[in-house]
Amino acid sequence: MADRGRTAGPAAGYLALLRGQARSQASYRTSFVVDLVSNVGATVFDVLTVLVLFQVTRTLGGFDVREAMVMVSLSACSFATADLAVGNIERVRQYVRTGLMDAVLVRPLGALPQLLLMDLPLRKLSRALFGLAVLTVAASSAGIEWTPGRVLLVIVAPLAGAVFFGSIFVASATLAFWWIDSGEVGNAFTYGGRDFTAYPVTVYGGWFRAIFAYGLGFAFVAYYPALALLGRADPLGLPAWAGWASPGVAVLAALAAAAVWRTGIRHYRSTGS
Amino acid sequence: MGSVTATVPPLIGRNIIPWFRTFTAITGSGYRRYSTYRQATFAGAFTNIVFGFLHCYVFLAVATGAGGLAGGYDTRQLATFVWVGQGLLAVVGLWGWSELADRIRTGDVASDLLRPVSPVVSYLATDLGRAAHAVLTRFVPPVLTGPIFFDVYLPTRWPTVPLFLLSMVLAVVLSFSCRYLVNATVYWLADVRGPMLLWTLCSGILAGLYFPLRFLPDWAFVTIWLATPFPSMMQTPLDVLVERDGAPVQAGLVGLQLCWVGAALFACAVVQRRAERRLVVQGG
Repeated sequence: MADRGRTAGPAAGYLALLRGQARSQASYRTSFVVDLVSNVGATVFDVLTVLVLFQVTRTLGGFDVREAMVMVSLSACSFATADLAVGNIERVRQYVRTGLMDAVLVRPLGALPQLLLMDLPLRKLSRALFGLAVLTVAASSAGIEWTPGRVLLVIVAPLAGAVFFGSIFVASATLAFWWIDSGEVGNAFTYGGRDFTAYPVTVYGGWFRAIFAYGLGFAFVAYYPALALLGRADPLGLPAWAGWASPGVAVLAALAAAAVWRTGIRHYRSTGS
Repeated sequence: MGSVTATVPPLIGRNIIPWFRTFTAITGSGYRRYSTYRQATFAGAFTNIVFGFLHCYVFLAVATGAGGLAGGYDTRQLATFVWVGQGLLAVVGLWGWSELADRIRTGDVASDLLRPVSPVVSYLATDLGRAAHAVLTRFVPPVLTGPIFFDVYLPTRWPTVPLFLLSMVLAVVLSFSCRYLVNATVYWLADVRGPMLLWTLCSGILAGLYFPLRFLPDWAFVTIWLATPFPSMMQTPLDVLVERDGAPVQAGLVGLQLCWVGAALFACAVVQRRAERRLVVQGG
């Protein structure tokens, strides 16, 4: 990372990138509005899927529909925010393959912020806002006994979840540095992680749950915070403070992702095309 | 050549053998093209397997919560539905095909129009090659993984397997035709993003990938089945395989699928002809 901060004002550089992005995206106005509207669709369908499943059954993994909605909304909120902020890191795959990555690395700005600002998907803003709306409705209708602690938790948990998902996005995109054609492997953990966190982890079983919930830490995005909000004990036996572990888990994930990213950049060899 | 029109008159009718040879040659090249992306194929199969676990656990929990039977499926039928569904997804290839749209946008489509095979036919042949490759590399891994970890349902009536294979081929052709139509909107709109996003959203949920459509109330899934082609791309072959209905309904579903395939291919031909009449190729 010899490329960071050599020039007088890196901030001005980032700002220029961001301004250029905003201008270029807003210039196709109709297309932008269509994107803004249809981006909500993905989250709508996630929530709809959970509602359809509850048409068939009254409890899922021991939770009723209002409790499950708290989980799916925490998950949707976290994921949509992370996807808005760093989701486009997925494009590293194409950048590495086409050699555009070289252009990014020779500029006197940090590689990661550049990649994010080169294509900040402003259209995904609508999704994050919709996620927030669902969380508001779900949290207010689930019969939560509000305490100052729980109010704090309902604000902190989605933020920590967003940092966590952001780390997953960055770490899985880094695969492209070692494995140029890594294609969809990352999706198993980003979109797969979103699907995993949308349901109570009691639904899953065996080693699969052990890896996703505790090994990778996905249980702390929505399941444990939701338990703490609802005041329910964990059927799997973790103590009550687990609901408050999400910021810690998020920080650990971010540190791990940063380490993986640094190693990846150092390993990067141009494809030479 | 004296005057050049957008489409050279097709060879069909004069002699079917060269036409058939061309078709199989294009299919073969489609197969070979995808067999070069070995890492990507492995990556895709891995992801399908992870999603297989996710969906399977969730649907089994739904069935447990509902007392063993969800939407008319027992737990073994649901397991088969999920795992074969994950394999079928790559074969049908619902997502991520914008080759035609890109070629229209850049003007490369002009060279497709000069070939003696209609673009619909040649892209269909390529897509069948892609599907054949996916059957070997993307269909098999999840279908073999499922039974190792879950109790799956195996068909009990002998006509089910050939009917499933027919239904799978129809699903591939139908998915291709619909993707072709989505791509062809570029002839008029110059940007495929909107239609493609709409397609991606609708196809996932209405084809039965997020949840089996039988989880919906009767009126809803019957409407979706009759009014949209989506269930015929995934839900039909899977329902046929897990013997969700009796033999007559099973055959009827494949019949409905056949109607959709006919309608969609016809629409492709019409759209292509219209588009050629208004296409202005730019570039030098």
